[in-house]
Amino acid sequence: MSQPSDLSGVRLHIVTGKGGTGKTTVAAALALALASGGKKVLLCEVEDRQGIASIFDVAPLPYAERRIAVGPDGGEVFALAIDTEAALLEYLDMFYRLGKAGKALDRFGVIDFATTIAPGLGDVLLTGKVFEATRRSEAGRPTYDAVVLDAPPTGRIGRFLNVNTEVAGIAKVGLIRNQADSIMGLLKSGQTRIHLVTSLEEMPVQETLDSIIELEGIGLPIGVILVNLATESELASGDLHAAVRSELDETRIEATLKEAGVEADPPVVAGLLELARQHGERVMLEREQQTRLEAAGVPVVALPDVDGGIDLGALYELANQLCASAEF
Amino acid sequence: MPRQSQTGRLTRGNKPQPGRHTPPRVGPLAGRLADVPVLSVDELIADQDVHIIVCCGSGGVGKTTTSAALALRAAEHGRKVVVLTIDPARRLAQSLGLAELDNTPRTVVGVDTSKNGSLDAMMLDMKRTFDEVVGSHATPAKAEQILSNPFYQALSSSFAGTQEYMAMEKLGQLHAEALAVGRWDLIVVDTPPSRSALDFLDAPERLSSFLDGRLIKLLLAPAKGPARLLSAGMSAVTNALSKVLGGQTLRDVQTFVAAFDTLFGGFRARAEKTYRVLRAPQTAFLVVATPESDALREAAFFVERLAAERMPLAGLVLNRVTERPTPGLTSRAADAAAERLDRLDDIEGLTIALLHLHSSRLSRLEQEQGLRRRFAAAHPQVPTATIHALASDVSDLASLRRVGESLAV
Ligand SMILES: Nc1ncnc2c1ncn2[C@@H]1O[C@H](COP(=O)(O)OP(=O)(O)OP(=O)(O)O)[C@@H](O)[C@H]1O
Ligand SMILES: Nc1ncnc2c1ncn2[C@@H]1O[C@H](COP(=O)(O)OP(=O)(O)OP(=O)(O)O)[C@@H](O)[C@H]1O
Ligand SMILES: [Mg+2]
Ligand SMILES: [Mg+2]
Repeated sequence: MSQPSDLSGVRLHIVTGKGGTGKTTVAAALALALASGGKKVLLCEVEDRQGIASIFDVAPLPYAERRIAVGPDGGEVFALAIDTEAALLEYLDMFYRLGKAGKALDRFGVIDFATTIAPGLGDVLLTGKVFEATRRSEAGRPTYDAVVLDAPPTGRIGRFLNVNTEVAGIAKVGLIRNQADSIMGLLKSGQTRIHLVTSLEEMPVQETLDSIIELEGIGLPIGVILVNLATESELASGDLHAAVRSELDETRIEATLKEAGVEADPPVVAGLLELARQHGERVMLEREQQTRLEAAGVPVVALPDVDGGIDLGALYELANQLCASAEF
Repeated sequence: MPRQSQTGRLTRGNKPQPGRHTPPRVGPLAGRLADVPVLSVDELIADQDVHIIVCCGSGGVGKTTTSAALALRAAEHGRKVVVLTIDPARRLAQSLGLAELDNTPRTVVGVDTSKNGSLDAMMLDMKRTFDEVVGSHATPAKAEQILSNPFYQALSSSFAGTQEYMAMEKLGQLHAEALAVGRWDLIVVDTPPSRSALDFLDAPERLSSFLDGRLIKLLLAPAKGPARLLSAGMSAVTNALSKVLGGQTLRDVQTFVAAFDTLFGGFRARAEKTYRVLRAPQTAFLVVATPESDALREAAFFVERLAAERMPLAGLVLNRVTERPTPGLTSRAADAAAERLDRLDDIEGLTIALLHLHSSRLSRLEQEQGLRRRFAAAHPQVPTATIHALASDVSDLASLRRVGESLAV
């Protein structure tokens, strides 16, 4: 069972959720929020899609940490699109002096094998790089105050984060084993939290709840549930219920429309009532899902559906919402 | 970098392929929605020559919903359908109202079979598929040895990427079974989220580059006997690998590869066969997207990728399209009326709220149409079908049926 999370000591924020629910958007907003007050934050992506570049509207990110935004109240956000091949070469360079043999590895297809052919190794490299960035320090203090990871979706997250346990099971001794143990150590520690983004729809909510159980089973710490894109009710509570039951007062609406100068022939009124019914149904369903989420024992933070889509301004708006919530 | 994964994935498409022409992708601009060719889903499912339909697209756009709805509609129109999800989460199970989906196709109950169709559903269990392949293609002693190897266990149950190889296996198995037994005449395939949805197309290429490469020779060297002399390059690589992995781990890898040696070739042959089936006219790929800029950008990526692979694209399915509200009230008129009411005293907010709902629905619709026009201008040859956004979730047969109806209009 999760406790209400204390996020103050957390340095690695992992953002997952069902596909399309807003992982990339929320991860970006969270990075901005964490940067506020003069902090330095790294935002990472691992899916080779250049989602960060497209959301911040900058050129595709190379394999290098680039500053892409400033926090709402000082602070800086850096971004990194992690590429498995570059991560492997960097890793070999950092830990092994291979010299010519390193080039031979490439000629023998070892690099290609490790980064694209062999299942699993890609995830080892990606998590390894996130670990390195989180642990990196300069002059005795951490390079980044926080690292935010735009992670794979719920369907793959358990396998992704737990890959180093599998590696440890295979490599009984040696440097790889130590590395795998250290990564799992960080991921399971108080310095890491996994946040789940969901819309208030049945399947994303189900996947969120399933994922919480799966991740807790592995021993990975859950942070918060981020409810994204919730529909605000346009109707007063009584009207909402009446709308769902198709019991809104038709004649009164018609009269009011006349008063407003609208030619309210029956199809127009019927159309408006149908809209109200659909809206009411949606809001009620979402409330049900909200209740299910609240029963999970994990703090729930809501983010609004921003009008007109996501741009930099909208990201700051979402970041401010996160800062204003009790959790961040 | 030349070997970056993205370009690497496209290499197959870049190679000239004899015998087939590339369909032209850029033609006269279809700037108006009325000019966009229509994808007739009912014609597609009625076409007895179509045996496989693959639904792909980015995360959360409705691939699983579309596959299930399409499969249900085809079954109720008389096809003998099996729907395969290679999705790790049990999503299809939920939308089909099944409690458990394991590696064998199960009959879905509640389907209208009056036209002699049927619907089976299954979810890919990658470990079981892998175990079965090992069991049926290796001698009992060798199978035993492989199944108990720790590498094999991690590979078959926990590693991302294995799924794509196994998806090819399973699809091949289903296809062979469909041909041999006649239990199905249509296989609908759902794919996992994000770009990896098309990674299974790379399985044959990846297996080949490993099997024809030098690494495997090196890994098999100890098994070929101590008398074999290693070339200078080989021993340098062996030393480097042993330094990185540790000597024991490298020896374990070599043992595993040696045990697997005789199976690799079969994997490649079957994957290549399935790849050819996917490329043949009996297959139809559908790209699913929502009318949002990100999803449509991803859809364009899929369309281009499929064209590069010369895979038969049947069209685009636009899901969760906003339904046009009853005509007779423009959004400007609704906004103006709401404003007038706002200025009056003593007016209950209900009518104002209704007018707001109406005008925001209309402006959403306009925005979507703009995005669709842009997509159509860049990809005028892609036939399109739409599914309306339903007010409620799609989680039972009745709502899947409604999705199917919306799709077929
Ligand atoms: N709070 C919000 N308000 C308005 N639009 C939003 C919001 N959150 C996300 N979106 C939009 O929803 C779509 C999906 O968001 P996003 O790309 O962040 O999701 P994702 O979970 O990262 O998707 P994928 O699984 O494809 O990686 C985008 O078009 C985005 O602009
Ligand atoms: N036309 C529709 N109207 C209303 N809701 C829909 C519609 N299509 C899909 N949904 C809902 O949207 C959510 C995502 O759909 P679905 O699971 O089919 O997407 P997916 O592409 O398979 O996702 P993933 O990438 O996670 O596998 C589900 O909650 C589903 O019920
Ligand atoms: Mg994303
Ligand atoms: Mg799905």
